[in-house]
Amino acid sequence: MSAETFRIGFLPLVDAALPILAHELGFAAREGVQIELVRDMTWATVRDRLLYGHTDAAHMIAPLAIATALGRDRPAVAMAVPFVLGLNGNAVTFSTQLAKDVGLGDTLGDPAAIGAALQRVAAARKIAGKPLRFGVVHRYSSHNYMLRYWLAGVGIRPDLHIDIVVTSPPFAADALAAGEVDGICVGEPWNSIAVERGVGHIALATAQIWRRGVEKVLALREAVVDERRDAVEALLRALHAAAAHFVEPGTADDSADILARPEYLDASRDAVLRAITDRIRLTPGGEPIHYPDFMFQHREAANFPWRSQAAWLYSQMLRWDAASYAAADAATATAVFRPDIYRAALAGSGAPLPGASSKLEGGIDTPLGAGSVQGRLLLGSDRFFDGRAFDPDDIQGYLADLP
Amino acid sequence: MRIAIIDTSTTRAAIISDGLREAGLDDLVLIDTAGPLAAQIEAAQPEVVLINLENPSRDLLEDFFAMSRALARPIAMFVDQSDTEATGAAIDAGVSAYVVDGLSKQRIKPVIDLAVRRFQAFSRLQRELDEAKNALAERAIVDRAKAILMKRRAIDEPAAYALLRGQAMRTNRRISEIAEAIVTSDALLGDME
Repeated sequence: MSAETFRIGFLPLVDAALPILAHELGFAAREGVQIELVRDMTWATVRDRLLYGHTDAAHMIAPLAIATALGRDRPAVAMAVPFVLGLNGNAVTFSTQLAKDVGLGDTLGDPAAIGAALQRVAAARKIAGKPLRFGVVHRYSSHNYMLRYWLAGVGIRPDLHIDIVVTSPPFAADALAAGEVDGICVGEPWNSIAVERGVGHIALATAQIWRRGVEKVLALREAVVDERRDAVEALLRALHAAAAHFVEPGTADDSADILARPEYLDASRDAVLRAITDRIRLTPGGEPIHYPDFMFQHREAANFPWRSQAAWLYSQMLRWDAASYAAADAATATAVFRPDIYRAALAGSGAPLPGASSKLEGGIDTPLGAGSVQGRLLLGSDRFFDGRAFDPDDIQGYLADLP
Repeated sequence: MRIAIIDTSTTRAAIISDGLREAGLDDLVLIDTAGPLAAQIEAAQPEVVLINLENPSRDLLEDFFAMSRALARPIAMFVDQSDTEATGAAIDAGVSAYVVDGLSKQRIKPVIDLAVRRFQAFSRLQRELDEAKNALAERAIVDRAKAILMKRRAIDEPAAYALLRGQAMRTNRRISEIAEAIVTSDALLGDME
């Protein structure tokens, strides 16, 4: 087997773990692929390097891969997402002042109750001519969509009752400290850094908004997948092995040591370790709270790219860009996710492979066995906080029914 | 044609604006990266925005462009996909650009080409500067090692240098590495006799 090299772009975030570990722990070498990691500070640069061949693949916020395929704000480029790098792992952090105004407790509260309190503060601030302002990491990010989903669901209309701006994760704590934003929705370790600096208080984990929300993905240009199909499949096997290792008990310390290094996250090892063991410190000096659904990197076939996840992201893109549904766009968006490649890569391994490519999102209350073509698959609750479910075949009906 | 320059390196920003001015493009706005980005861009109303590829404000900038209700809404420079060579050169050099829709390619190309050349010139300068700094640091450490050898072995400078050089050749290492080892061990063991 010859060593096929993949240059993979990433941002310094805990959920860049799988490509980093696949490289560092030899999972890539075992599959005959070599990974070179390219670190950047903005998604715009990660995307540009991918589109112009500086990198072969990228750790990417899922909606950005879809926006790129749809040609939002630039010429469209066909994209492929054959692997999900993780579900959730983000949090909503309030400034210390807002936490006080809303009356946040020192445990993870109920999203609806916190939302109701926030709604009162938002209304008062709007009347006072100083509307609340929240920062998200990117316009086309799951952070933006999860935050907006929650706000709209508790009666706070984004862009009308509250401003939402873009704040890069490394500057999110500074923006909170300087009072430029009243809240942020970012990935770890950036919430923890805000808490440790004493400028923020974690209000919610995004998993409380949607228990199984798709987060970062492995994105490639479709042309690269077509040209290097065998090597791409080998890369997926390496990532899948890294994911299995990542969630194995007893590996978290070593993983945190690697991820915290200057060339990767260049962040506090303790904050990284807390995130990957699903423990979050909500308040400065407080005891970390264990929330097992915080980030989800492997179990329940979390790496499988469900087309219904892409469809949900497309629905939110329409919702917040005030764009209208187009069947052709919906088809393009959902076809970015490539369960076919995932299945081909892992056929014959022990990995559970779902039989379907799409599912009702948010329809599971208690763990449910799912049809699989290989292995046994049990899916846990994937509820949205408001109890709605998303049927990927009825995007328009879903949108019409949303607040 | 008004061009805004956003660069985390003020030196590079100056090099680019000099180049543009020499080429007769003198309607330039230098954005203060420590100040509020969106407000400055909005006030400047540029037709072309040049920004270094690794600038941490790019996501914010793109969001501002997407949200901007102004008619002249800049979009990414990669307007014409047929020109991938020029785009590739820009990315290689570390330049990113946004241009308002409808601006003719003939007018943009010279600006981008010039920015690319200036970025490359800047990298070359920086590399030379780094090399010069390294060379200086190496010379300083070799001088210190020579002084240590001269004192401890009671030899003159040419003899001390010959010792260093001979050891470097025998062990296939650089003179500066040998010198560093001597300085380190002298710091740790220097007073032991």
